Amino acid sequence: MNAPTTIAQTDRHRPGRVRQGRRVADRLLRVSCTVATAVGGLVLGSILIMLIIRGIQGFTPALFTHPTPGPGSEGGGIANAILGSLVLTGIGITIATPVGVMAGTYLAEYGRGSKLAALIRFLNDILLSAPSILIGLFVYTLMVRPMGTYSGWAGGVALAIIAVPVIVRTTEDMMSLVPSTLREAGAALGAPPSTVIVSVTWRAASAGIVTGIILALARIAGETAPLLFTALNNNSWFSPDLMGGVANLPVMIYQFALSPYPNWQGLAWAGALLITATILVLSIIARLVIKPHTSR
Amino acid sequence: MSALTETIALDRSRTRTVRKAPSRSLDTLFRTFSYGAALLVLLVLAGILGSILYGGWPAFREFGFGFLTSSAWNVGTEQYGALVAVIGTVASAFLALLIGVPVSLGIAVFLTQLCPGWARKPVAMTIELLAAVPSIIYGMWGLFVFAPLFARFIEIPVSNVVEGLPIVGTLLYARVPSGVGVLTAGIILAIMIVPFIASIARDMLDQIPTVLRESAYGIGCTTWEVVRHVLVPQAAVSIIGAIMLGLGRALGETMAVTFVVGNANRLSASIFDPSSTIASRIANEFNEADGLQLNALMALGCILFVITFVVLIIARLLTRRVKAA
Repeated sequence: MNAPTTIAQTDRHRPGRVRQGRRVADRLLRVSCTVATAVGGLVLGSILIMLIIRGIQGFTPALFTHPTPGPGSEGGGIANAILGSLVLTGIGITIATPVGVMAGTYLAEYGRGSKLAALIRFLNDILLSAPSILIGLFVYTLMVRPMGTYSGWAGGVALAIIAVPVIVRTTEDMMSLVPSTLREAGAALGAPPSTVIVSVTWRAASAGIVTGIILALARIAGETAPLLFTALNNNSWFSPDLMGGVANLPVMIYQFALSPYPNWQGLAWAGALLITATILVLSIIARLVIKPHTSR
Repeated sequence: MSALTETIALDRSRTRTVRKAPSRSLDTLFRTFSYGAALLVLLVLAGILGSILYGGWPAFREFGFGFLTSSAWNVGTEQYGALVAVIGTVASAFLALLIGVPVSLGIAVFLTQLCPGWARKPVAMTIELLAAVPSIIYGMWGLFVFAPLFARFIEIPVSNVVEGLPIVGTLLYARVPSGVGVLTAGIILAIMIVPFIASIARDMLDQIPTVLRESAYGIGCTTWEVVRHVLVPQAAVSIIGAIMLGLGRALGETMAVTFVVGNANRLSASIFDPSSTIASRIANEFNEADGLQLNALMALGCILFVITFVVLIIARLLTRRVKAA
């Protein structure tokens, strides 16, 4: 019990030691915070280097012109998976854009102050972070089970459900930034609410709304879990009726990366590089346009 | 003069088609559409809960409360229990928080207090891009890059040191040092939730009035003291909300975990041993499952739904309250 008191007493007589303790704590904080940030940057760098080293040699013309090869065979590309991914993401964003923008419009314009809107806003925020695999289970029960087959439509709907909350959130945020005076000016000219929304609020918030759609696109382009039970995968060329399994990049990467065949693994790495590069470019574009507070 | 302007005005009204206001019904239609779209969000959430409850119900009826406490997962004898997956989920998410929270707070403090102005934007962008990397890429990085290094430089040396010791000897002993396991999953999850927690924490720290910070520096506080006594108490509630949000993500993360958790149905006291999480088990088995196994997987989905949604609701309540104030 005596020791601490004596140290405290000597400290009081020698202020230099107290200052040193504070300085050490401060130094420690600075160093550890910098190290934490550096680790984050290193991880991103390491992921990119890994993808480039392992994926770049797979970038041949055949990658974009040939469908995925059978197990154990040589050659082939991932053209069917690229096309399938484009179609699935396209379906997803085509469904999600009108729904998301309209729902965001309701929250920002019609539902201001209403309890229902507050509830929907809250649940939308929760849906934003909901486990995507549960959305896969939902769409499986809703579409794959009754239709009796995996389908591109089910995959597209699953992706749409993931994209909607992102678009709702950005649309609402961006529309509430539009000053009310603009709306009032429109209304004073005799324009009905829908005209004010379409020609004044939407126009003023258009850059933000488009950014939300790009962010949603970046989010669903790499989603794998919800596609596992809905679009699954397919080694043949894409068929336009979208019934049955549809080849897509994320599930292809998942299956090929864990396969024992070196050719498949190579294709998985090439696909991984392609998809990550696309998503990072999309996110950078989106983030350069607006402030990054919508990523939550 | 006035006659001239009048003619011009007249001319204009004649040449330009008069824009008609949309009819009343169109206006109502627009309103109904936006109302319907908003209700759809509500319906989807209800649909998710409804569909997995419906799918999981037979398993709950068959095993009752024992489903939660049983560690069996045997397709042959049709005995299913959630215990291993639930423990794996909670343990990996807990480890993710243990590692991820200090790192995210460190990054938030670095970005708001220490970083020179010119570097702030690129550094923040780098951290946020970590959130954009697809989860399957984290899985591949974890399995092919991180796990071998982890096995060689952490698992094997640590196992050798702790072997035979009480408590740590079981907790940190790897029977097969393969690099995959609960701790690896926790580390990968930590990396994945860091950008989310860091970005919210940074926003919260930015919102604290500069005067508070400056007056603390003004009386001679060091950065550590400013952070510890001024910033953290101010932002505490919302930072806890951000952490809960990260927890919600970690609990439901699927693909990355499926790659690195080892997918074994085994209760083990060691965090180096492979295990399963709810999401990884669903991802692994769902496509080959039918009958009671399918119901059991859906029931696991129900448990995941309940756990994550409780966490996310708390998170949103905490982050929201501060915004309103």
